Amino acid sequence: MSSRCNLRFLIPGLALLLGGVPSVLAVWPQPQQIRNSAERYSLSARAFLFKHADVSAVRSGCDVLDQAFTRYFTLIFPESGGGGTGGAHNRYFWTEADPFTVEVNVAEGPCDGYPAEGSIENYKLTVSPGQAVLTSVTVWGALRGLESLSQLVEQDDYGAYYINKTEIEDFPRFQFRGLLLDTSRHYLPLQAILKTLDAMAYSKLNVFHWHIVDDPSFPYQSRKYPDLSKKGAYHPFTHIYTQTDVRRVIEHARLRGIRVLAEFDSPGHTQSWGNGQPSLLTPCYRGDVPSGTYGPVNPILDSTYVFMANLLKEVTSVFPDSYIHLGGDEVDFSCWKSNPDIKAFMKKMGFGSDFTKLESFYIIVNISTMLNRSSVVWQDVFDYHEINRPRYVVEVWKWGCYLCEVRRVTKAGHRVLLSAPWYINHISYGQDWRNSYTVQPQNFSGTEEQKKLVIGGEVCMWGEYVDATNLSPRLWPRACAAAERLWSDEVQTSSVDQAFPRLTDFRCRLLRRGIQAEPLYVGHCKNEYQGI
Amino acid sequence: MAAMGALLKFGALLLAAVAACVAWEDGDVWDYDGHKLKDSDFLALWPLPQKVQSSAVSFQLSASRFQFTHAEGSSAGSDCSILQNAFRRYFDYIFGFTKKDRDQRRRNAAGSEVLELQVAITSPDAECDGFPSLTSDESYELSVDQPSAVLKAPKVWGALRGLETFSQLVYEDAYGARNINKTGVSDFPRFAHRGVLLDSSRHYLPLKVILANLEAMAMNKYNVFHWHISDDQSFPYVSRMFPDLSQKGSYHPYTHVYTPADVKMVIEFARMRGIRVIAEFDTPGHTQSWGFGQKDLLTPCYTGSSPSGTYGPVNPILNTTYDFMAGFFKEISTVFPDAYVHLGGDEVDFSCWKSNPDIQKFMDQQGFGKDYSKLESFYIQRLLDIVSSTDKGYMVWQEVFDNGVKLKMDTLIHVWKGNEAQYQAEMARVTGAGYRTLLSTPWYLNRISYGQDWRDAYKADPCNFTGTDAQKKLVIGGEACLWGEYVDASNLTPRLWPRASAVAERLWSDQGVRDISDAYVRLVQHRCRMVERGIPAEPLFTGYCRHEYSGV
Repeated sequence: MSSRCNLRFLIPGLALLLGGVPSVLAVWPQPQQIRNSAERYSLSARAFLFKHADVSAVRSGCDVLDQAFTRYFTLIFPESGGGGTGGAHNRYFWTEADPFTVEVNVAEGPCDGYPAEGSIENYKLTVSPGQAVLTSVTVWGALRGLESLSQLVEQDDYGAYYINKTEIEDFPRFQFRGLLLDTSRHYLPLQAILKTLDAMAYSKLNVFHWHIVDDPSFPYQSRKYPDLSKKGAYHPFTHIYTQTDVRRVIEHARLRGIRVLAEFDSPGHTQSWGNGQPSLLTPCYRGDVPSGTYGPVNPILDSTYVFMANLLKEVTSVFPDSYIHLGGDEVDFSCWKSNPDIKAFMKKMGFGSDFTKLESFYIIVNISTMLNRSSVVWQDVFDYHEINRPRYVVEVWKWGCYLCEVRRVTKAGHRVLLSAPWYINHISYGQDWRNSYTVQPQNFSGTEEQKKLVIGGEVCMWGEYVDATNLSPRLWPRACAAAERLWSDEVQTSSVDQAFPRLTDFRCRLLRRGIQAEPLYVGHCKNEYQGI
Repeated sequence: MAAMGALLKFGALLLAAVAACVAWEDGDVWDYDGHKLKDSDFLALWPLPQKVQSSAVSFQLSASRFQFTHAEGSSAGSDCSILQNAFRRYFDYIFGFTKKDRDQRRRNAAGSEVLELQVAITSPDAECDGFPSLTSDESYELSVDQPSAVLKAPKVWGALRGLETFSQLVYEDAYGARNINKTGVSDFPRFAHRGVLLDSSRHYLPLKVILANLEAMAMNKYNVFHWHISDDQSFPYVSRMFPDLSQKGSYHPYTHVYTPADVKMVIEFARMRGIRVIAEFDTPGHTQSWGFGQKDLLTPCYTGSSPSGTYGPVNPILNTTYDFMAGFFKEISTVFPDAYVHLGGDEVDFSCWKSNPDIQKFMDQQGFGKDYSKLESFYIQRLLDIVSSTDKGYMVWQEVFDNGVKLKMDTLIHVWKGNEAQYQAEMARVTGAGYRTLLSTPWYLNRISYGQDWRDAYKADPCNFTGTDAQKKLVIGGEACLWGEYVDASNLTPRLWPRASAVAERLWSDQGVRDISDAYVRLVQHRCRMVERGIPAEPLFTGYCRHEYSGV
């Protein structure tokens, strides 16, 4: 059962006297440094205040913080309904509530920007009588600190809120802590994406990798090429993301310190593109005649590059992040091989029969040079091609000795994102979060420089078997395991068994916050999920 | 990246799925006029009826004009609450939130509209006020034509199944108008016992979740809710006679319990859908949570010569145990109207009994030697006598049979253990001994794996074992089990549906309905139908539903 609920066995009043070394440190992911004390302060929704420190570079009017204050007030006092009238239970025990102030001190502005590569998320939090002081370099760090603060607040048996005297000094181990959703194999309604962003913020994940299009459907509504979604989405009106939707996702993410990394995977995984963009895909041949089916993007036509340049230009104007994911995985050469025009082109270019050279010509020579962005690619691009440009980030996704691959990629000087051990769309019976938890992303032989090139990792939820009906319980709390691995110190968090009670507790907290997180094992939460 | 293989491709739909049925020698899904049928016409029927005749002739249904009526001569009328409630439910399912006047504008030429479904209960006693039972007649005949469609069933239970089928025959055309094709259905279940087990002890399941799943069960023609209500972890059932059981044995005495009113509501909600509620109170093992609220019920375990402070199974050597059981099951027999109660009897761990000197002494007195299964039998025997005295029949897990406990011939043996060969051998043994049996082994749906594991569930068949026809007749059905170790309200519904739908078809449809690619096509649509009706049934594979789940 949830350890917090053990409190019910304590004699009333004793809980307060004991103060309570909480049975588990409640913050997930585990902060780098945390000191709790048994000293405990009661909190009342009627006498609780967020304020900007006098010396803070950020003041009222900063929407990232203003909105975070509103959000976290409700998360801290879930029964208050956000109106500040909560703490009903307190009335019986505290005639006058002690005021409690959370003072936020951010060293640097601005706060109208986007979280980005290299954003500093460090923060320091000190909880003492009557106040908490939260200091950070950026607003993004302040968001992380507010999350930790909200997780320190507990409710006693009478429903009264309290927080223990605490000091936290915290920073992420990896700067890139991502989660991939696949909106092509199944369309995910906007609400499901926004909910996922909420839960990501609770777990301090900071990159939403939006695998927005793929073979089965093209739900992104392009300004320049509206036919792509009109003809390539499951439905041209109900199963698409309009520009407004996309802006809403980006803004919802920004307010939570989450970057949005869009992926437009090519030249493979593009069947759905072909419906709305004639002659983009390679016609496959059977013998001398076109078979009527299509293969990857046709890399030999100028029109392809005009189209891709326009589309990617649009994408980079819509998605502000300095990274773009270009895919580049699993290109099936059989269609290219069947096509006489392609064969002629190969000959002309002197590629012989090495189709990886053709792929390389497409993605490395042409596509990734179109952009003034860091290109993220799946490991296939590294595996099959010479890539000597510095701007690549290689995502290691293939199962097997994935750390061997990490070693190879970093040796070649490229940055690495690890997702191979975190394909959590793969499910099995029992507590498979344990496997995610014990991953050691830097446990390969290599230089310090190489280790530093591992910039983080991603939890992937591919969509073959997932849509809005089962996404949330399949993601949460399983994704939390990787979230802690990517944020926390590896030595401090090496024990799965010690993580178990904390994660059990955190899962109940997620439920309380309306995230449909599934149970780790038998037990209960004080507030069970209220939907079906 | 994804690397999950190519999209499955489905070629020609196999319309003749039913043709292989044993019961119907000539292929039965034929179109009246020899037209090629669209899959939307009837292929989405789930579970597939025993006999369907469909036609390309389609009629419209108008939300403002369509009515359910009681046919003249029907033994059920407007005082039959089961039917009245079902009419409202199925009207909603069929028309959703369609605005009335939309149909007015698109009014068809006269003679191409179904104006009513006449429901005729043909036997003198419709059983409107009764409870469904193991012997309930669920057969029905449906004839869809204009201007009237007719549903005939001997009892309301068949009418409920027929209404579900009728609602599944309705489809939306491109304009959003409701259509139904000229169709004849003649249907009955292959097995009488088609159950779903939910476990409300390992995790408490809020009432809402249980009711939603009863609703989904009705959509799949399930007829038994096996309520595994208590176990080691918690005792959420509020007993009138022994309130301490839940007061002290539940996860929380107020928020994590089922009050008598809750239980009543579940039973009535189920009755309205033709679903029996079979409560399981598993003993003598799986009872840790009972011990908190019932002193001396459990066996004190010993370390050496002193009690260790832990407890084992129910203590079978005390008279107080049997007094308690008599009182408790008397209450259960009045609270749960079904003629059967599930007594569990599985996985009894003997180590605690072995450690206890009083038990050892008792074993000696009884001449049981070191055979603790004899002690278990001793307990079960007395328990069965107690339950028999309440006029209930009982179901037990297979161990009770395996251990040679003397059982009444009307006992139902629930097979759950082993691999395929082992459960088939067990089915043969149980039926060979003349007992009726039901199967769950291949349908432990709490066990999940990546991909389309519904296919394995679909392929299993309770009659696949070596035995005589007489033995096969003793197979009354099966149950899909969703044990609760890793399941609560947050993930129960998508984990159960549509995987449990696979089992539902195996238990309802003819034995010859086995074409898995045909099943896939129908099940994809059936799952979207469930989603549309508000059940978050998870996807089978890549694709979409017109109306995605909106309950995020």
